[in-house]
Amino acid sequence: MTGPDQAGSDLAGPDLGGSDLAGRQGLDLTAAPIENGWHAIARSDDAPLRHVYQTELLGRELAVWRADDGYLNVWDNRCLHRGVRLSIGSNEGSELKCVYHGWRYSSRTGGCTYIPAHPGQAPARTLCTRVFPAQERYGLVWANLGSEVDPGGPEPIEVLDDGAPFALRSLPVNASPLMVMSRLGDYRSDRGPGFEAEQEPTVTMTPMGPLSARVTSVLAGVEATVVFFVQPVDAGRVVVRGVLAETPTPSLEIQTLRHHAEALEQLRQVLEAAAGGEPRPAPLEAALQRVEIREPVSSRPGVGDDARVEVVVERKAESGRGVMAFELAPVSGELPTTQPGAHIDVFLPNGLVRQYSLTNRAGDQGRYVIGVKREADSRGGSAVLHDSVSEGDVLTISAPRNTFSLRRDARHTILVAGGIGLTPLLAMAETLNEGGHSFELHYFARSADHVAFAPRLGRLGPAATAHLGLSPVETGEALQEIVARHEPSSHLYICGPGPMLDAARQAAGHSGWPDPRVHFEYFKNSNELDRSHGFELTLARSGLTVFVGPGETILDVLRANDIDLPSSCEQGACGTCVLGVIEGRPDHQDVYLNASERESGERIVACVSRSVDDRLVLDL
Amino acid sequence: MWDTSRVAAYARRNPHIKPLLAGRAVSPETSLCVDPAVLNLWHPLAALSELSPDRDYRTTLLGYEIVHGIDAAAEPWVVLADRPDELLPVDTRYGYVWTSIGEPPGAVFDIPEALEPDRRLLNACSIQVATSAPRAVENFLDMGHFPYVHTGLLGEEPHTEVVDYHAGVEGGEVWARDCLFFQPVAAMSAAGGQMTDYTYRVPHPYCVVLYKTVAGDPSRRDVIALFVQAMTQEKIRAHNFLCLVDSTSTDNDLKKFQQIIFSQDKPILENQYPKRLPLDPRAETPIRADQSSIAYRRWLSDLGVDYSVVRAR
Repeated sequence: MTGPDQAGSDLAGPDLGGSDLAGRQGLDLTAAPIENGWHAIARSDDAPLRHVYQTELLGRELAVWRADDGYLNVWDNRCLHRGVRLSIGSNEGSELKCVYHGWRYSSRTGGCTYIPAHPGQAPARTLCTRVFPAQERYGLVWANLGSEVDPGGPEPIEVLDDGAPFALRSLPVNASPLMVMSRLGDYRSDRGPGFEAEQEPTVTMTPMGPLSARVTSVLAGVEATVVFFVQPVDAGRVVVRGVLAETPTPSLEIQTLRHHAEALEQLRQVLEAAAGGEPRPAPLEAALQRVEIREPVSSRPGVGDDARVEVVVERKAESGRGVMAFELAPVSGELPTTQPGAHIDVFLPNGLVRQYSLTNRAGDQGRYVIGVKREADSRGGSAVLHDSVSEGDVLTISAPRNTFSLRRDARHTILVAGGIGLTPLLAMAETLNEGGHSFELHYFARSADHVAFAPRLGRLGPAATAHLGLSPVETGEALQEIVARHEPSSHLYICGPGPMLDAARQAAGHSGWPDPRVHFEYFKNSNELDRSHGFELTLARSGLTVFVGPGETILDVLRANDIDLPSSCEQGACGTCVLGVIEGRPDHQDVYLNASERESGERIVACVSRSVDDRLVLDL
Repeated sequence: MWDTSRVAAYARRNPHIKPLLAGRAVSPETSLCVDPAVLNLWHPLAALSELSPDRDYRTTLLGYEIVHGIDAAAEPWVVLADRPDELLPVDTRYGYVWTSIGEPPGAVFDIPEALEPDRRLLNACSIQVATSAPRAVENFLDMGHFPYVHTGLLGEEPHTEVVDYHAGVEGGEVWARDCLFFQPVAAMSAAGGQMTDYTYRVPHPYCVVLYKTVAGDPSRRDVIALFVQAMTQEKIRAHNFLCLVDSTSTDNDLKKFQQIIFSQDKPILENQYPKRLPLDPRAETPIRADQSSIAYRRWLSDLGVDYSVVRAR
């Protein structure tokens, strides 16, 4: 065991021991070592599965929750929409759901994955709650709110790394962090089992950092060490988190814990009595910020749809005949938030760009998984991925885009996949399955050998049905049978080769499905611009003239031209992307501008509104 | 916002408020209102029917201590606690005691339906909530929370969609029309789920009125209103006013339904922060479903309301 005077030697922070403290006015909680420092904010067991824990650090409220895959999330405790605490929401396993309007946020990134008031619309990618780096060590959860974070996590504490650390109960105290640091030496850890009550032990307090200290008691060869981490909740409040260097043996556990419970309570009384005689420090200004317009992508030159992300091929394996599954991991940080139905562009080493749907269900953010079918007439897209790209290679991809978004408000959902069209529908099926929604997945494949992602399909149980080796006529009959069983408020999603998709849409039409409840995605989107319903957009100040096509928004086109216009809701509600109009009549599609502003035609909301005239000139 | 020079300048422009502020410490803690857009309004204090002539009642309005009561003839009176000799103006519309510390308009805003002979006028409850008045109004305007907060009553998953409706300023008030939402039990008198048609109206920065389809009589609409007494910027008493067409339910049943609804809203309101309503559209993230709140926040900005909001930078 390490001696009391060694462990802190190379980590020693400011000298906080002894009487010279009495003259100090305070500890600057906004100083860089504290603001950019790692702080213990919870015990690991405060964040059991499917729970949301609330705590506070440096005047900021935090929601702490563990996803089912074990990932620990530490977030700003505030829903982006209306400022309701996320800690009163529910932990759904891989998404956190706000209690007020059911908004869902993905584990890891904090990106919004679903807005129930608009079930058919994919939430804007810019909607992202603030997430903080977190780590677990010594039975405690650590977080860092700083702008310059040391990714290595908290400074190692040798006596704990070498021992078998055991986190004591959390002790909230109404006293300033400085006051607490100055009195930790009063902790009586020497009355526990193994110590003789009559004798006075030697107690040593060694500061380990600005807000941590080690207290060791030695008596007749028996030593007890507690390392304290002081969580600065606010200027006048802390949580003292003690960690025993050695886990007590089972026979002494109750006795030891009872002793420490009493010792902690005594410490609290000493501290609060001392704090009571001092003026109460002003609370830290709660750092409420505007909703930030940003995305937590690891690397992103370019903006919006042009955002690029570097990923490493972590796993490549055949999954069904002719289909290669790739697991793509972030090179650093976390991958941008995905939603079921989303796809990415993959920028291939040979310069080609190919689009692939992500198979990830909502909230499953650790690795992107795509399935790539080898095309017989490949012009170098799928063939390169199959033949030349190997595990360990780095690829560039775009952030996910979602043009095939999944409603989660259907009474029943029917998913129909043909061949590799399975990929987006697998993401949907797993999302619905996770949420306990009623659904069925029909997967048409050439043979049992051709079935991709078979283990994942197996886990969907009887909801997934494979239709194998059917002729076009048989496929048509099967489709008719599937879509014939529809009830009001069910939705149908189809993805597959063109002929099959056409047959399915036709069958749905015959069975009386209204168009708004039939959703489909063709493999290959025609990229031909229909110039008949677009308009010309001129930017007066930058002198740029561009064309806004029928399916595009002004915002899309500006971004494609590297003009970074801030946006937030992307539904025409928040007014973030309002621009001045110099010439041309806007076709207002927003709900932000009031009647007189609409009338005047002087302003336009770029994310949704368009132009009545063939030409629109903006003040940009 | 609370600097003394501003208070002095305000007092110069508004001579009637000078004596009101004399000798008082104005600070965020006392939350004393000096905002003319709010001082010169009528504010609700209590339901008349719940007052007894035997005693005085103390309450807080806009940070000022208030004493009020009714005399033997059931006539209400209101004074500032430290000016017991100066009676404040009183109105008794809709069965409530309304007063003003400034110079109020002639009468409290109109709710014509309240004059119909067969209407049941009730105060369902007056409940204290740790939030600001505009947060309570905005929550009342909001349909998107029905399936989550009023599950099984005003909404139910999977019926979560808020279809586009029309909101804007008409005649100096905020109106939201054609608001459709699926409701399992829209009211005491409702049997089974139905698409309910709502109209909302904000005639006063701290008061909001709702008109909803009467089950079984499409020609008439129930009126439910929230009259919010801003005790301070971050503490309110919400007076839940019912003005219903219902000849069968008992008073208690009608009140109880509204009490359940409001008791579901209260914990949400108390977990919202900042408590004051941010008027900067980017302080939070509105969506299309929030069209009425977008209009409400812009209207408050245009009125120059300062008290209980966080003004845009």
